[in-house]
Amino acid sequence: MTLAFKPAETFRKDFTYRNSEAGILRFPFPFAEDTYMYSVNIEPHLPGGPSPAYDHAFDVDEHYVAECKERAIVLAEDPNRCKVLPHMTEAQWDTLELIMESFAKDYPEHFSLQKNGTRWSWENRPLGLKDSFTFGDLSSLPYEPFEYITRQAQGDFTLQDQRDNNLFVDGGMVTTQADWSLEFDIGMTFHEWHGPVPLAHQLGVFDRALKFLLRLQYGQPVRRLNWTMTINPRLDTSPENYPVWGPDRNTVTPENVAQKVHLRVELQTLFRLPRSNAILFGIRCYLASVAELARVEKWRKRLHRVLRDLPPELEDYKGLTRYRKLVVDYLAPFDDGAPLSRGPQPDQTIL
Amino acid sequence: MSGPKLNLRVRSIEPLSPLLKRFELEMADGGEVPPFGPGAHLRFNLQGDHQRWKNAYSLVTPPTERRRYAVIVRRVEHSRGGSAFMHETVKPGQILEASVPANLFPVSQIARKHLLISGGIGITPFLSYLAAFKSKAAGYELHHFCRAKEAEIFGHLLRDHESSRIHIHAGTEFNLSSVLSSQPLGTHLYTCGPEGLMDLVLDTARTHGWPASKLHSESFGSAHMGGAPFIAILKRSGAEIAVREDQTLLEAIEEAGFEPTNLCRGGACGECLTRVLEGEPEHRDHYLDEGERASNCSIMICVSRAKTNRIVLDL
Repeated sequence: MTLAFKPAETFRKDFTYRNSEAGILRFPFPFAEDTYMYSVNIEPHLPGGPSPAYDHAFDVDEHYVAECKERAIVLAEDPNRCKVLPHMTEAQWDTLELIMESFAKDYPEHFSLQKNGTRWSWENRPLGLKDSFTFGDLSSLPYEPFEYITRQAQGDFTLQDQRDNNLFVDGGMVTTQADWSLEFDIGMTFHEWHGPVPLAHQLGVFDRALKFLLRLQYGQPVRRLNWTMTINPRLDTSPENYPVWGPDRNTVTPENVAQKVHLRVELQTLFRLPRSNAILFGIRCYLASVAELARVEKWRKRLHRVLRDLPPELEDYKGLTRYRKLVVDYLAPFDDGAPLSRGPQPDQTIL
Repeated sequence: MSGPKLNLRVRSIEPLSPLLKRFELEMADGGEVPPFGPGAHLRFNLQGDHQRWKNAYSLVTPPTERRRYAVIVRRVEHSRGGSAFMHETVKPGQILEASVPANLFPVSQIARKHLLISGGIGITPFLSYLAAFKSKAAGYELHHFCRAKEAEIFGHLLRDHESSRIHIHAGTEFNLSSVLSSQPLGTHLYTCGPEGLMDLVLDTARTHGWPASKLHSESFGSAHMGGAPFIAILKRSGAEIAVREDQTLLEAIEEAGFEPTNLCRGGACGECLTRVLEGEPEHRDHYLDEGERASNCSIMICVSRAKTNRIVLDL
């Protein structure tokens, strides 16, 4: 499929972000069953699955150019959204190489990478960038390598150093986050930065996930989905900007609920990096309004059931308290209670 | 998960001594070899006429080298056959299958100084360390122990590095305590070689108050040597497998046509952890903690064996 980018879309003020019909059908819908609870839902990040969003190491979609512009706006306002601790330089180059090689291989019409030993030439046609640099030489790029390449990728990224049988979040590019702060979390251990999550600690989810991730192997990336909901298609729901977006939650009415409330899905990917032995954590955010999702018969019914029966701790942690009932009431008339197929796939190819 | 495979063509084989050979390998398709970090290894799938071996060897090339890999193989006296196969059967031009590099012995990114202590063939992971330290101008000190007749060979392998930082000890007096008690704060210690050497180094370091977080070791060789034969029963299939004295439990299971999950094949990574339903394991791994060992409920099948004549596994 050729990608038609929508460079004028916005994720703030007038919020012109929309999904095309193909965009709706490829949405990585997170609910395989009618109920939701935390689990160690980690699987190999191999091509294929219920959505084309899983087909490549890093998914590039119709929102690519607009999301890169949005990132640049956030960074101009707050440069601290990108931070990497000094011992992670090797991991920065690992990240640059992984993303450049993946983009060039998976989207050759949009990206190309030429290598002549350590002399590399990179072309990013959608963003109109062309740079030559020396791999390993920090002075040869306009930004540090991690910032350079993650300014050209959708979704947030963090870098985890592995030591003392733990993972430390020692770097990141975080501008499209669901209410967490890199500046606050940087340097924390795995359990520290997951501290606020309810219920999952008691289930032993983080102990098992950490043990698993410490053994993550190069060449065998893994993925999982996480989700929450966001008012308006706003990527930057950061603690730093809470005063800007927090009040939006009071603006939902029965009339605007389907347009205003968005399901926010994070496709989280984890890659062992070869030189540094660090782990790159990709947190790719997908947004679709309730109205868009309701165009898929299975999804409108399943979303209704999941939200209706959501445990109160999760409703509170995900910040849905003020409007969950409005969404459930909106979706209820569409749900006849008929059994739905297992798995998250849309079960239809046109809308 | 077994992971992506590489087809590597043997470019050249250089005998370093009667027991050591250096193999240079390149991608069979002519492309770049995948990147790796200091301490990484390749696990080869070696296919003999009647037997298969999966042997892991440390990469000794500088991590910046993308045209080729190199490994050094010691011909092990009481070999299970893999190192003998590498020494005697493998020829230049031959294609070998290997997994992409994995790293169970990475360098610390926060160390102020790296103190390396190796014995014999245990030098191999440090050859990629030294190349990386050189390019980053990191502080280090290497002590290598070997037999007097091999001192020259190891000296040759280390010739490109600052001689003031490299100390080869071939039967000469050496005061381990004094080296371990006189390091600057922020030093990390790495040791690789025979079990006896590593145990001595780590015990001495602990005695001198080194915290566990600054101690790193990689076992080589002896951990997965053979032992008394025994019978393994795989509960789920009912298969009854005779484990010979010259093979590991994992190899015997694979020989019988099963493919249990595994990775490092050296008792370190935890991937092959298997539940024990009956019988008593003889633990030889570095993964299980004291409590897990004592409970006899789990076994790392890549290196551990059975104390009892029979062991029943949840496989």
